[in-house]
Amino acid sequence: MWQRKKKAPKKGFWNDAWYRLKKNKGAMLSLVVLLGLIICAIFADYIAPYPYDLQDYNHTFEFPSKKHLLGTDNFGRDILSRIIYGSRISLIVGFSSIIVAIIFGGLLGAISGYYGNKVDNAIMRAMDVLMAIPGMLLAISLAAALKPGLMNLVIAIAIADVPGYARVVRASVLTIKEQEYIEAAECIGAPDSRIILQHIIPNCLAPIIVQATLGMAGAILSASALSFLGLGIQPPTPEWGSMLSSARQYIRTYWHMTTFPGIAIMITIFALNVLGDGLRDALDPRLKN
Amino acid sequence: MDNIIEIKNLSIQYKTDERTVEAVNNLNLTLARGESLGLVGETGAGKTTTALGIMGLIPDPPGLVTAGEIIFEGQDLLKLSKHKLRGIRGNKISMIFQDPMTSLNPVVTVGDQIAESIRIHERLSRREASKKAMDMLELVGIPKERYSEYPHQFSGGMKQRVVIAIALSCNPELLLADEPTTALDVTIQAQVLELIIKLKKERNTSMLLITHDLGVVVEVCDKVAIMYAGEIVEYGSLEQIYDHTCHPYTKGLFGSIPDIEAAVDRLNPIPGLMPDPADLPQGCSFEPRCKLACARCKKENPSMVEVEAGHLVKCFNFAKGEERNV
Repeated sequence: MWQRKKKAPKKGFWNDAWYRLKKNKGAMLSLVVLLGLIICAIFADYIAPYPYDLQDYNHTFEFPSKKHLLGTDNFGRDILSRIIYGSRISLIVGFSSIIVAIIFGGLLGAISGYYGNKVDNAIMRAMDVLMAIPGMLLAISLAAALKPGLMNLVIAIAIADVPGYARVVRASVLTIKEQEYIEAAECIGAPDSRIILQHIIPNCLAPIIVQATLGMAGAILSASALSFLGLGIQPPTPEWGSMLSSARQYIRTYWHMTTFPGIAIMITIFALNVLGDGLRDALDPRLKN
Repeated sequence: MDNIIEIKNLSIQYKTDERTVEAVNNLNLTLARGESLGLVGETGAGKTTTALGIMGLIPDPPGLVTAGEIIFEGQDLLKLSKHKLRGIRGNKISMIFQDPMTSLNPVVTVGDQIAESIRIHERLSRREASKKAMDMLELVGIPKERYSEYPHQFSGGMKQRVVIAIALSCNPELLLADEPTTALDVTIQAQVLELIIKLKKERNTSMLLITHDLGVVVEVCDKVAIMYAGEIVEYGSLEQIYDHTCHPYTKGLFGSIPDIEAAVDRLNPIPGLMPDPADLPQGCSFEPRCKLACARCKKENPSMVEVEAGHLVKCFNFAKGEERNV
């Protein structure tokens, strides 16, 4: 009757979070999808049936068939191969721009929330200046100023995202720093850096992660938009967004050209969002069961 | 006996745009090494502010230490740099907070929270600190297997034990316990008090126990200071305060404890309320509620009078030469 539940392995914060994440089926499925995408991106050369820039003018605008699983585009290039290669750009831009934005935005937000007063004013007013310009416009102007290219695309999107993270982190720091355990940490003589990094940041991980997963989706879309404007990835390098925009004009007759890159974007973003939700639950020990 | 801490003429105010709250006024207090002092008073008497003042953790703004000195081991804590103060906090002086539910970080394991204090003050490796933290857990009666559990997996009493373990992990010389048992139920209160007494004796730690429970003071303390409106109104040893109560406020406090043997319909509180700390009376702060108040009490604030060796009272009724029959 009285059976003890199998005990969770207890080896610290991250192992615990992993244990809890494993129990969330949706999140695990998303993780598998994302891992699949990452593998696609890394091993694109081996997985893709054709090179992404192989043009075959005898087979343009072909609908999905055995030879071309997802059909071909206006130059007779295999869409499946282009989607597989395109995952590289989307993932690189998505991950790295968000990571850069989180590091800078998070630190700025934490510092301004924790110290308050003048520091807070200086940082947040600078963020306000950035926020006053619409994100897309800011990214466009930065990308234009920095010359097109992958690295500059990442920088442009990251800078446009920094104020958002700074605000989210600052808001949660403001509530957390009033908690008694922060006072208790001061009481044992912990230096400010330790209080911010050890006590405050882990407590506001949840909103950061949610913002990051949504932001990553946004970053992938921004990258596509910039590519469409000719400020991002240059053709013939495949990119989901630029595939979409170049197929736009054929949407009435050749639906497959827009549908499949669109589905690729959708699946990626959906997986990111579900995983983000799962991570939020897993990283919060208070929801542990 | 040498004094571990001497507080001289400490005044702390909270200033806002509209008003200035005088939380602590001209407070004098000494505590000898190895002794424990009970700081007793109503809610709002400035007890916690005093403790935070010792720790140098008065929120500024709006808080401000306007006068006085706090001498700890020959140094004035109020004049120390932030950096030096950090070396003292948690190491030589540590504090137990009122509410264990909120004073532990919910996303850090209890073991790591104990180890943190050790790692900050003693140059130990992560592993050594963990080992020491485990010993501390065992010392407060929690199996060390629970090192890597989170605060929400502990009951209130166990959390308070963890808080005590954190406070004692670096062998502090002075322990400030701010109502350590208020948030706990009575049976757990007894356990926690026993634990505090035991550890204090083993380590010869001095303690400032802040409470409004006179029963707790009897069990734990050697000396008692009664605080009212930011001032100490009576100070003495346990016997002096409990058996030779002098100050009318202290008498009122004892009078308001219901007698367990007599059948009483109504409790016997002190009439009136504490004065607004932003608008303290000119004379004795207890005068408006005092049964023995006279014209002089309205105008002048009495100073401390020694009625017997080590027993100080802040009341004109006990001033030399004009002792009245009370």
